[in-house]
This record gives sequence, C-alpha cells and structure tokens, in this order.
Amino acid sequence: MPDSLPIAVAMSGGVDSSVVAGLLKSQGQPIVGLTMQLWNQRRLPEVAASGPTGRCCSLDDVYDARFVAQTLGIPFYVVNFEQPFEDNVVKPFVADYIAGKTPIPCTLCNNFIKFDQFLEMADGIGADKIATGHYAQIRFHPSLNRYQLLRSADSSKDQTYFLWGLTQPQLARTLFPLGAMVKSEVRQLALSLGLPVAEKPDSQEICFVPNGDYAAFIAAYLKEQGLTQPPAEGPIVDSSGKKLGEHSGVHHFTVGQRRGLNVAAGQPLYVIETNPATRQITVGAGDSLLKSSFRVSGLNWISLPPTPEPIRAHVRIRNRHSPAPATITATGDLTTATITFDQPQRAITPGQAAVFYQDELVIGGGWIEREP
Amino acid sequence: MRAYFDYNATTPVHPTVLSAMTEAYSSHFGNASSIHTFGQQSRQQLESARRSLATLLAAKPEEIVFTSGGTESNNLALFGALPPGAHIITSSIEHPAVLNVAEQLHRLGHPLTVLPVSSSGIIDPDDLRRALRPDTRLVSLMAVNNEIGTLQPIREVSRITREANILLHCDAVQAPGRIPIDVNDWGVDLLSLSAHKIYGPKGIGALYVRKGTPLSKHTFGGHHERDRRPGTENVPAAVGFGLAASRLSLLAPTLRDHLEQSLLQLIPGARLNGHPTLRAPNVSNLCFPGIEGESLVIALDLRGFAVSSGAACSSGSVEPSHVLLALGLSRADARSSLRFSLGEDSTPQQVDALIPAVVDSVARLRKLSPAYA
Repeated sequence: MPDSLPIAVAMSGGVDSSVVAGLLKSQGQPIVGLTMQLWNQRRLPEVAASGPTGRCCSLDDVYDARFVAQTLGIPFYVVNFEQPFEDNVVKPFVADYIAGKTPIPCTLCNNFIKFDQFLEMADGIGADKIATGHYAQIRFHPSLNRYQLLRSADSSKDQTYFLWGLTQPQLARTLFPLGAMVKSEVRQLALSLGLPVAEKPDSQEICFVPNGDYAAFIAAYLKEQGLTQPPAEGPIVDSSGKKLGEHSGVHHFTVGQRRGLNVAAGQPLYVIETNPATRQITVGAGDSLLKSSFRVSGLNWISLPPTPEPIRAHVRIRNRHSPAPATITATGDLTTATITFDQPQRAITPGQAAVFYQDELVIGGGWIEREP
Repeated sequence: MRAYFDYNATTPVHPTVLSAMTEAYSSHFGNASSIHTFGQQSRQQLESARRSLATLLAAKPEEIVFTSGGTESNNLALFGALPPGAHIITSSIEHPAVLNVAEQLHRLGHPLTVLPVSSSGIIDPDDLRRALRPDTRLVSLMAVNNEIGTLQPIREVSRITREANILLHCDAVQAPGRIPIDVNDWGVDLLSLSAHKIYGPKGIGALYVRKGTPLSKHTFGGHHERDRRPGTENVPAAVGFGLAASRLSLLAPTLRDHLEQSLLQLIPGARLNGHPTLRAPNVSNLCFPGIEGESLVIALDLRGFAVSSGAACSSGSVEPSHVLLALGLSRADARSSLRFSLGEDSTPQQVDALIPAVVDSVARLRKLSPAYA
C-alpha cells in the first residue's frame, strides 16, 4: 500500500535506481528523486579518464537522472554532498591506502553518506523513507523485533558485502525494491517502464577513481592538498627475511596480489603481507597466503542481536569471495570479534570487511584488522 | 498554492511584452539591416526599443548596444574597454558573469584587484583609492547585488574613477525596477542590463556605452550595432525588452518587509544577511543557523514555494555562496542561508502562505540538526 508521505529515491542516473523510481511511481507511491553530487570530477584533471563524462557524479549521469525523473513526472533535485563525501569517504580511503590497507570506500559511503546524511536530508524535506537500487533485501522479524538484511535474489549482483554497516534505525527507513529481482528482470522493467536508461551499461569500479587507478588518484589528491606522499618505497622480502627486490610504494600492493612484483623466482609469488611501518613487502608461494584466524573491529550486528556466545556462520572476506564456514566469537563490548575459519582462506586483507551469513541472512560484519 | 519567490533569478514575461513580441515575430520578420521595406519596418521597431532602453537609463539611444544578455554585456565591457596589459579592479561579491571574466583577464596577463566588502556587503571607497595604480584602466562594480540586494556607492566610486581618468563599468542587471538609474548622475561609462530580470524575454540584454568610450570588438562579423556587436539583430526580443523597460515601475518594499520581519520574529536565531536599508526593495537573504539551505529549498519547493540558496553550479546542486562568504559568514552559515526575492506579481496571500511553510520546515530541519536537537 502506498505511503502518503513521499519516499526519497536516490537516483544515480543508472538503470537500477531509475527502475526503483519507475516501480514506486507505477505503484502510485509519491516519490522525490534526489541525485547526490559526491565528487567534482573536474578537481583532479591529471587523473580524469575522458573529461567530465561517463563517471559517477558526472554531468552525464546527472543529466540521465534528470531525464528519467522528467520522463516519470516526479520532483527531482541534485543535492550536494561533496564535503561530507570527501571527509567521510575520500580522506579515509587515502589514509587507509597510505597505511597499507585495502579500503572499501563503498561501505564508508553507505554508512556515512547514503544511509546517514542522505537519510537525514530525506527526513528534512518531508520524506520519512528512502529507496535505493541496491541488490539486497530487508525484512522485519517480529519475535526478534529486528530488521534483518538478506542477500539479493540475484547472487551475481548481491551487494550485501557493502551493506553490513546498516543499523536498525537505518534499515527501518530504507527500501530496496530490487532485492527480490535478478538483473535481467530489472532491465526488462526499465524497458517496459519506458525509461531512457534501459540500455545503459552497469557501472563498475570505485566511482571517484577513474580507470580504477588508485595510486594515480592518491598521488593527484595529495598533490592537490599540498601534501607530500610519505616515502613508501622499500624492500621485497621472502618469509625468511631475505631481500628479493625493491618496490616503489607499499600502497601499490595488496595482500594476494601477484602482478607488478618484478621479482624473479622459480614459482609464482604473491604478496603475503604489507607493512607500511617498515615499508616492507613480504612475498611467498600461494599457499603461504592461507590463514584461518583473524580479528575484526567495528562489529555491526544486523539480523541477530549482539551476543558473546560463539556463532556459526559463513564468512565472506572480500566482495568476490565465496563465504566459508567459520566460528565468530565476539569479544569485549561485542564490537570486536575473533573469527576462525574451518578451512584456511587465501588473502585475508586488512581494511577489507568480513561479513557473516547464515543462509540468506546477513548476521553482521566488521573491519578486518592488521595482525598485531 | 504554487508561489514564486525567486524574481532575482528570473521573472515571468509580462503578458503585454509577450503579445508585442508575438506581433513582432509574425509581422516584422525582415532583417533590420536590409534596405527594403521589410527591413525598414524591423529597423524602426529595433530603434524604438533602443529609445525605450535609453529612457530607462537617462542615456542617448546611440549609447545602447543590444547583446544576448547580461553575461555578454559584461564580457563585451570588460574585454572591450580594458587596454592590453592594463590593471582592472572589481569586487568580491560580483556575479560570476563579472568575476569569472575578470579572472580570465587575469589569466591573460591583466593585473587584477578584487576589493573586499564590509559585513553588510558594501565596498569601502577608500579601499578603491588605495587599490588604484598607474596602470589601472577599468573598475567594474555592480549596482545591486543579486543575492543580498545590497547597493554599492556607485556615485562615490565614479568620482574616484573620473578623477583618476579610469573607466567605470557597472553590472546593473538587478537594478531596474528596484532603484532609479541615471547613467549621468551615476557617472558610469559602461552599464550592463538584461531583459529577463525585468519581465522581458531571455536571450537579450544591453550594454550602455557612454559616447566616446573606446570599446574594441571581441567577436567578429557584420557591422551591426554601430560596429560594436556583430550578428543579425534579434528584433522581436528587442521589442519585448523595450516594452518591458518602458512599462517598469519601482517596487515598494512593503511585502518584503512583512515577510522578513515575520520570519525574523518567528524563527529563533534567524539573521539578515546584507545591509538592512541600503538594499533593493524586493530581496531578503536570511540565515537560519542549524539548517541546510539546500534542504529547505527542496522542502519548500515540495510545498509549492520557489526560493533559492547559494548559486546553482553546473550539475544543478548548490555550493556555498561566494557572496555570503565574502561578507564573512562561515561556510556553515552560508549554507544555512536562503534568498527570497519578490516581484510585481507577489501578493500578500502568497507571503502569508509562505511564512508558516518556512517556519514549519525550519523547525523540522532543526530537529535533525545536532546543534539544535
């Protein structure tokens, strides 16, 4: 049944969020389309891919979102979140990278922008709920008295790995209308709703980093800020500490990486560990990447209430990882945990998230910490 | 109710202006530069419009150059009047259509001084005196600020520029209908106007060029507009502009004052940006600390009221106003500010409907703001 208050739809100009707007509108729901201006693509011209187009927050995307809104006949506004985005997403991303972590800006953006500031703005303009084009599902569990997060019906599009930070108040006011659909259905809907973006390709990569070249982005950003990049070059060593070569910067490498090492060895070598303090990169054979146990911080409990009891779940340690069975034991005030996989897993990477699943349910997640 | 409070952004075309333009489009299609009767009729219409503009400014018709709008007028004035390498002075609260022209001139090698303004948005003539250099050739200063309505001391400034034998350009796009204009009394050499701010059509403006003012060309083509601005004359738009100028009268501040006093009284912490009296009668720029101006604009629009905050950037989102920052407001306060601009068609009923909508929306937004929780 349609809500009488308008629902604010986060419209990126892409197919998914356009279908969300079209779908809600066709159900008779009053909606307001809002496009978040997050990053000024003109800011770092040296890393611009192909002028100010074809990227997130590009004028083209705003144009597309506006065109969809006009096609649907809904109120539409572009809202500026450049400052909070820079403070809460870009700066931590750069800091983490320099600190030798492999950060996930999409999670920060979800936690601090889309499901925080955006939700607040929606509230301020008189919309008590928001809807986005994320591939995930939300349902209320009456006896637990909790909102639960579930995987998308389209396992290849599932975005729950980036949504583990959502809190109960956020989930209570959020709609994911595409959660029960697969992408092909969404594209079909875009066509049948007559949306002008039905054929638009999916976006990839991190939205504000053109071509996925993190190192170039960070160098350009630091230069713009008048900061010099701390020296990061150093030795490449094996597990015994023997020096095998030199590298140009710790932040160019991530755990599990094979490319770009330029070290000759009889077998394929992988990055096992990066240490920004000593600027040392440890490499080894593929099997030395395997580890069973690690710690997470910033734990967020979603579908179950926090508990100090060990719980069994499948744990995903990066977006493309197949969740593997593990035991999770929360510690302290239940915002940290120790996770032990039944079978060792490859490349458990500091800065990435660990997200816990019981079948379709997302139990929660946390940030993977560096070994002490 | 849907009510418009953004007359400084643009105004509706007045019905009599529209019918005069429709008539011009259908009856006078001739090229005003043609020798034949079709052309002559268009020429008469064009020159009649020019005389109306001249009357508005107390200028001579031959001192009026039609352009495509305020932005082109400013570009023509600044690029046209500044000799190679000469120093130019402007103020920090100019419209981007002056400020960005000055910055482009600066990039091309012209020394540039941008004068600061007081906390109420007025330049200090002594600052101008101190900024003068032997190579200063042009001062560009707006008459009425578009965001806060503050008036600049143009007469005082012109005494300084005259004495120093420097040209004075005035962006007066927001002046007609707000304050009386007299180019001789003001002592300006160049002055920009735009039709769509005075119930005329978009796409036409004018530059007043005092007789004898050297003005070089920066676009090339035919010898239109006394060889100062090439391009086939837009006669129907000029007809609309001329009629809009001749029917214009000065707006009284009554409704604006009622709106402003009510909001200042009903909203705790609300403050006026700009000067309380040295100000156009139709503008009120208010700061509501603790709210996001952008959200308030959207909330009000969803309730049917059109107001504005900051200046729209290319994507359509809002950046903190450079004018408010120049007055010394913090970025937060600049972002918490809203501009209400009234016009001929504003009614007491509209204002009385707007007041509770603003009060209510500000209260709702403040509930979300940590500082006001």
